[in-house]
Amino acid sequence: MTGMDRLRAPFAGLRGEKLITPLAFLFITTLVILMPAERSGWSLSSVVSFLTFFATTVAIFSIFTLGLNVQWGYTGVFNFGIAGFFLVGSFTAAIFTKGAPPPPDPVTGRPYVEYIGGFGDELDFLPFLDSGEWLPFIVGTAAAALMCGLLALLLSIPTLRLREDYLAIATIGIAELLRNIALQEQGLVNGPRGLLGIPSPLSGLFEPADYKYVYLLIVVAVLIVVYIAVERGIRSPWGRVLRALREDELATVASGKNVFAFKMQAFVFGAMIMGVGGALYAYQLRAISPEGFSHFFSTFLFWVMLIVGGSGNNRGAILGAYIVWGIWIISLQLQGYTPERPGPLGFAIPEIFQNRIFFMRDFLIGTLIVIVLLLRPQGLLPEERRVSIWVERQARRLRAARPMPEGGDETPAG
Amino acid sequence: MTAVLQARGVVSGYGEVEILHGVSITLNEGEIVAVIGPNGAGKSTLLKAIFGLVPVRAGSVLLAGRDLTNLSPDRIVQAGMSFVPQTDNVFPTLTINENLEMGAFVRRDGLHDRLERVYGLFPDIATRRGERASRLSGGQRQMLALARSLMLDPRVLLLDEPSASLSPKMVDSIFEKIAEINRGGTAILLVEQNAREALSFSNRAYVLAMGENRFEGEANGMLDNKEVGRLYLGG
Amino acid sequence: MIALAGWFSETLTRVRDRLAGRGDTVTGIALWLLIAVLIVWSAVGSTQLFVVGVIVGSILALGALGLTLIYGVLKFGNFAHGDMMMLGAYIAFFFLTGHVARTSREDTQLPWALDSLPHAVDRIGDLTFGYGLIIAALLAAVVMALLSIALDRLIYRRLRRRHSGIVIFAIASLGVAIAVRSLMFIIWGPDPRVYVSGIHRAQSYPLGIVLKTDQIFIFAVAVALAVLTYLILFHTKLGKAMRAIADNPDLARVSGIDTERIILWTWTIGGALVAVAGVLLAVQSQINPLLGFVILLPLFAATILGGIGNPLGALAGAMVVGIAQEVSIEFFEPAYKPGVAFLILILILLVRPRGLLGAKV
Repeated sequence: MTGMDRLRAPFAGLRGEKLITPLAFLFITTLVILMPAERSGWSLSSVVSFLTFFATTVAIFSIFTLGLNVQWGYTGVFNFGIAGFFLVGSFTAAIFTKGAPPPPDPVTGRPYVEYIGGFGDELDFLPFLDSGEWLPFIVGTAAAALMCGLLALLLSIPTLRLREDYLAIATIGIAELLRNIALQEQGLVNGPRGLLGIPSPLSGLFEPADYKYVYLLIVVAVLIVVYIAVERGIRSPWGRVLRALREDELATVASGKNVFAFKMQAFVFGAMIMGVGGALYAYQLRAISPEGFSHFFSTFLFWVMLIVGGSGNNRGAILGAYIVWGIWIISLQLQGYTPERPGPLGFAIPEIFQNRIFFMRDFLIGTLIVIVLLLRPQGLLPEERRVSIWVERQARRLRAARPMPEGGDETPAG
Repeated sequence: MTAVLQARGVVSGYGEVEILHGVSITLNEGEIVAVIGPNGAGKSTLLKAIFGLVPVRAGSVLLAGRDLTNLSPDRIVQAGMSFVPQTDNVFPTLTINENLEMGAFVRRDGLHDRLERVYGLFPDIATRRGERASRLSGGQRQMLALARSLMLDPRVLLLDEPSASLSPKMVDSIFEKIAEINRGGTAILLVEQNAREALSFSNRAYVLAMGENRFEGEANGMLDNKEVGRLYLGG
Repeated sequence: MIALAGWFSETLTRVRDRLAGRGDTVTGIALWLLIAVLIVWSAVGSTQLFVVGVIVGSILALGALGLTLIYGVLKFGNFAHGDMMMLGAYIAFFFLTGHVARTSREDTQLPWALDSLPHAVDRIGDLTFGYGLIIAALLAAVVMALLSIALDRLIYRRLRRRHSGIVIFAIASLGVAIAVRSLMFIIWGPDPRVYVSGIHRAQSYPLGIVLKTDQIFIFAVAVALAVLTYLILFHTKLGKAMRAIADNPDLARVSGIDTERIILWTWTIGGALVAVAGVLLAVQSQINPLLGFVILLPLFAATILGGIGNPLGALAGAMVVGIAQEVSIEFFEPAYKPGVAFLILILILLVRPRGLLGAKV
């Protein structure tokens, strides 16, 4: 019996159990629409604007969870250093799209900002096609994906063969180390102040008020591409080996497949997806600092999204991102309900809780993942059954050849 | 002959799979009873069900008339029954002495006397009592496992394939030791794949197949019975 | 390129297996030699840093003791351990001063706290604290022991019953870590706290060593508790049962050991250790909700280096990590100290995962 097999829910089959997913979705959606609507005085344009920004972030984070799903859900690589890939992806994209750093202060000789790269202006090869609006971003995103892939490749050498809990602590360490380097080395990405003024793709071609819809379209398009790529990947012969690997590593080894190579490929593939996500995040926020890539926000949150949504399941990954980010946004909205500006029925958060809301949200997220693990470990959208019969048959064959540890009446005759 | 252990109509299994479909056996005072049968018959499951390691869904287990069905193993040990699993039956990083101490964990009193008595029965391991159990050979570990199970002087001893993966010479030693333990007053119920050897040391035997009783009788007679021989001993 | 990396990894594993094949005494000796060189060279060459490293190592040792105990008996690397340490420190703070945060600027003070006892905050000798903190720490140990038991009952035991893999335990404990950290932020606010405010003077000692008496106290407590834990594990019935469960939980049950009761005791001792470790960390540094996560990586490095389940190993491993971290500032920026712990961790995992002294010697 392997890891995912043991996650069969203890509450399956309860009446109303099937309603949990649609109820959760409905709950989050209602609040996410109603709260900003009420706060803004029922202004449609405010709500639409708000929801656009919300949807953009959800789409970007979905890309991350899809990448994590490739690594963990489909291959069983326990990556707890997502923050490292997030950081590398975002900053790589930034240094490829920003212009060169300005010269230092002529009086003191100290630089205003320091960072490597800054190729944004140089990549404007085709000015007649407005290449400054799209070319650096394509290059930047590709570079982000490549850097993350390279990082994953290098990391897999020492870490991929480690036992899962060791792998977890090792990846936590790597992410923190990368963050430390980014903070410490001023010349790298401007230290704790980070990079500001990151441009956005096609932003020069539209009015600022309209641009956010354009960017949402761009991000959703990328999400669709990533989703198709991952779905195709998992249904390919390559993907079926991955699934077999996670369910029964011994069987897969016995059938002659190079386990390490497959794991590494999945790790790199997932990391590249995270790189793309990081790039899109940088273009959206336009200002990033290594301080913002903490373990909680840039690693743990994605794990919560994946587990809540359903690990091993691409649609679950997206749903999880929606639900968890919905909770995040709702908590931000709650902060707006001060005693001076109460909401419906005089609902207000007293001052004593005002400055604690974010910590209470973090507390909720921590307990949420524990509750999900205890009560519904398969998440909201349960994992698909094995993707191919080939894998099922193979695993069954090899299980019969091995002695069973329990019910031990199958030992060979004395 | 008074019955010291009785399993009546035991229905048991793992999860949704039912392995025993109503098995009954009786073990009398001073007896050695063997449970034999082909692969998958449920012999090991029967021992585990009696010892509270696998849930009993129907039927009962009685030790000297006292109902022990589905009690937890530590309570069953306190009631006077011990169990030696087939594999992984010693604590490797603990010393031999500590392994034995674990056998007497549920009682606080008389540890020293218990140790001396058990070392008397197993002189081979007595000389190495300060060493770690991981340094013992397969046969010696089996002896240690047996010794541990005797620390509380149980009325009934359950043995799961005591001769599995032992050399022929060690198999003889183990069974001689089992006989010696029995002479000391402990009733023994053992499950064996090595039917010939088991039957030659036992008083009576049960033959199990497909989770049901199939045959029962004196161990001596069973060796000669051609029917049993062909179907269940595998030559 | 993937093939090349694959080849690298295989070679690494082959080297490790070949070394392990020689009874892995070769790797063991090599490591010990390396550590001996580190210690001698730093003790002689950067004595002050070496001494600070020993103190840092003492604090890490106190944390690693609890971590290694739980890891060994329950096969569960508790990622919440660092934050639990901090919670212990905060609870002691609460008992001592009665303060909780009300708004971001003001505290609420409970009507009575330990520091209102006569002379409770008078310094004992050259230490910065009085008997008030000691009582507070003991009370915190009780609270943390109870909390650890509660968490086991509510969460970890259920996962155990379901035979969940280590991954589930890891994620669950990270969830607990976040919850505990948030709780500390909620109750006491984000600003760091101290038990005793003011400047604490350090004493000068020969060889250019400068130490606060607090630090000597921490070292003494760390060694004492390590020895105590060792004695419990190896010379008491409870300890032997813990080691039996660490070896083979099923066999322990079969032998008649009430494994759940022993596990509760394990959490009790672990909880008490976590509180003491947290209080002393706070004495040396400060009380700060983020400190628990910062210390997690060095704690794991120390635990694995010393051999999981081995209390004296935890002490030794912690000393090595502490000394290595402090001495490293001769070559790297202080910001990279956690990187040193990480390097040690990776090195040990690659070369000798069972640690210096082996698991549970």
